[in-house]
Amino acid sequence: MSVGVAIPVARRTRNDRLLWVACLGATTLAVAVLSALLIAVFLQGVSSLDWHFLSSYASRKAANAGILAPLMGSLWVCTLCGAISIPIGIATAIYLEEYAPKSRLRSFVQLNISNLSGVPSIVYGILGLAAFGRCFGVLSSDEPLALGSPDSIFFIQLPLGRGILAGALTLSLVILPIMIIAAQEALRTVPKSLRHAALALGATKWQVVRRVTLPAALPTMMTGAILSMSRAIGEAAPLLVIGGVLLLFSVPENLMSDFTVLPLQIYNWAGRPQEEFHRIAAGAIIVQLALLLLFNSVAVLIRQKLQRPLQ
Amino acid sequence: MTAFAARAAADLSHRGRPRSVKIQRGVEWVIHASLCGLTLLSVLTTAAIIVVVVRESLGFFTMDGSTVSLWSFFTGTVWSPLLGAQPEYGVLPLVGGTVLVTSIAGLFALPVGLLTAVFLSEYASARTRSVLKAVLEILAGVPTVVYGFFALTFITPYLLQPLSDDFGTYNAMGAGLAVGIMILPIVCSLSEDALRAVPQSLRDGAYALGSTKFDVTARVVVPAGLSGIVAAFLLALTRAIGETMIVALAAGGLAQLTANPSEQVQTMTAYMVQIFLGDAPANGIEYRSSYAVAMTLFAITFVMTWTGALVLKRYREEYE
Repeated sequence: MSVGVAIPVARRTRNDRLLWVACLGATTLAVAVLSALLIAVFLQGVSSLDWHFLSSYASRKAANAGILAPLMGSLWVCTLCGAISIPIGIATAIYLEEYAPKSRLRSFVQLNISNLSGVPSIVYGILGLAAFGRCFGVLSSDEPLALGSPDSIFFIQLPLGRGILAGALTLSLVILPIMIIAAQEALRTVPKSLRHAALALGATKWQVVRRVTLPAALPTMMTGAILSMSRAIGEAAPLLVIGGVLLLFSVPENLMSDFTVLPLQIYNWAGRPQEEFHRIAAGAIIVQLALLLLFNSVAVLIRQKLQRPLQ
Repeated sequence: MTAFAARAAADLSHRGRPRSVKIQRGVEWVIHASLCGLTLLSVLTTAAIIVVVVRESLGFFTMDGSTVSLWSFFTGTVWSPLLGAQPEYGVLPLVGGTVLVTSIAGLFALPVGLLTAVFLSEYASARTRSVLKAVLEILAGVPTVVYGFFALTFITPYLLQPLSDDFGTYNAMGAGLAVGIMILPIVCSLSEDALRAVPQSLRDGAYALGSTKFDVTARVVVPAGLSGIVAAFLLALTRAIGETMIVALAAGGLAQLTANPSEQVQTMTAYMVQIFLGDAPANGIEYRSSYAVAMTLFAITFVMTWTGALVLKRYREEYE
């Protein structure tokens, strides 16, 4: 201690006691806030939960309204987003951890990825609107370039406009940095000795990655992937820029369909002044939280069942 | 541990005729190139964000009928794009709204988060810790629109309005507290990581000199983990600045320069929501103004994340 004069013992014990009380108080506050949040949502929303609520479309009357369209929209967007961002995230992580030489370029790319994770998600929405929604104005949206038949679920036309695919691509950009960082951490947990053993047996670099490193890191990677997906399913701001807030009376049919997602529907209902709409907003929040809980328990399950000690 | 290597070796030897070295080299090259290409996507994303935001903002300043100069945009104190005959575009009220909401969030979340982190790393038993970690994980996973709903239907009517009649349905305080709750898990888990990275031997050394827990925490552990804590604070504040759905729901829609937390304010993000929800005709000057606001927002958050990375790199205390 750099203090010259000794501090009286009484004051030191008092400080010690104060810190204990402050820490305990702060922690209690954090737990209390979460409980208040869950209780407030549950009390308001539980009465609106029934099969009708899950299986009907939006309505001007709160009593008749349901969440079928946003629920299906969330599932579509989330699935597509995972299908796009998980492979790209893993590939980037493999390149950075296993291939890239330790150079300034590598640390620049790494810094860039952590910067991307700090960009507000609504800014990604603006990028997505320009890049996917309008193809930077290179293609005219009056005469879109159609690929495939409109009857197929894989129907695509460029520019993508306000459809599901544009939303999913944008959301993929939002969670890509999180995905990459999680996959990198998973790869770092694989001991060097495993790689060396495979290399010593004559395996090429890709064979080592494909048959040794990747299988060993996969459970941890999947946990990270699921947690980034739970971020994706809760995002509203970028999708609001892409698709706006719509009240839809149909479920998505193909990649170009208009869509809405649960968080946007919650936003729409919560923003109205009437009490009834707050109640169904709370109902939709319960469904959303249940989905999240499902995601998290799958992640925990994978962590417990598949992860084996590597050392 | 050798199971993996053995299985890999078995896999290799059972794959029938070995490929020729030439083909194998080709395959390796293609894979290397495609991994490299996918990695460049993230760099491309940053470049694309900058290009889109800057190009569209330039359009706002130079389009026909635009009387807004860069100077008047960044120093103007009136933001009224949709009201009145003569719209005014001075971004300071929006920046002020963001600063007010972020300050309230920070004043709540930074001390509470840091103290909780100290509790987790210095006081809690392993069991308490794992329970509290789970609570924080749930808080971190709650979609932000839910916090907006919480601010609107709980914080404002049940906590703030009983305190004072000044609080309206929409106010900066309710939104700020909700944003604070949102960033609490970030502050807490990142600070805790920083505190736990401080080696036990430093604590033991201080205890051996007769320190109390307060002395150890305040004079050894926290200073040693300070770079990580500062980086955690910056990251959390960056998230608060960029938060959109909470402020769009609970902060109100009136852009005004005020420090009074019971008034409604409009933040940069909330203005963008208002425009993209279709309050303005597409490609008009009001619509374009949202890109100039986005540029301002991006620049602010970019500087903050950059500073955070720098703090971590420069001031990290390395221990064995």
